[in-house]
Amino acid sequence: MPTLKIPTPLRPYAEGQSALTLPGQVVEEVLEGAVETYPLLKKHLFNDEGKLRPYVNLFLGEDNVNQLEGLKTPLSAEDTLLIIPSIAGG
Amino acid sequence: MNINIPAHLLEQIQAHGENAYPYEGAGLILGKDEEGKRTVENLLFLENAREEKNQHNRYLITAEDMLQGEKEAARQNASILGIFHSHPDHPNLPSEYDREFAIPWYSYLITSVNSAKASGSRCWRLEDNRESFSEEIIQVIPNK
Repeated sequence: MPTLKIPTPLRPYAEGQSALTLPGQVVEEVLEGAVETYPLLKKHLFNDEGKLRPYVNLFLGEDNVNQLEGLKTPLSAEDTLLIIPSIAGG
Repeated sequence: MNINIPAHLLEQIQAHGENAYPYEGAGLILGKDEEGKRTVENLLFLENAREEKNQHNRYLITAEDMLQGEKEAARQNASILGIFHSHPDHPNLPSEYDREFAIPWYSYLITSVNSAKASGSRCWRLEDNRESFSEEIIQVIPNK
């Protein structure tokens, strides 16, 4: 099963875990599995409309999945998906 | 909530804000969080990735820069504790825009820079409910 790495700020919402192993053939399914297993994560990954928050970026190795097939990017069982926040403010 | 920061690193953050004036400057705070006790060990100074016309009141650290920051933190056996940025000619309080894009747990250290001169820094953390910030008191570790 693919692995989803959780950045330090979001670990408190995943019972302190730094990596989750979740079923899923594409990025979207792994994320859905993560928030089903750890509902407290949902508010910080998705907005009220169910869309990914603007600061949530997903990397497969060095590649931002936005440059691949986005949430439909296929994953193999050995893949590691990283959640990397981008930071904005004013 | 406290964050401990060596004086020379706080001075570097403030100098970075002054050099970026009239734009916002930003970077990453690296260090250790040991059971809630935060100590700053190093800084990563980054380019403000916002388009220039908006840099006077906005900053952006890209995911690619954060990925490199995570790798650098791991290399130093540290964590990204938070983000520093400057507010040119504005108070060192988080803006509504800061709140909208903030992430809980991170320390947001804001330096007010008035007429190109740093005039004080304060640090903030977003509450879990995402509705407000709480102040994290900056404890300055004197230079040896």
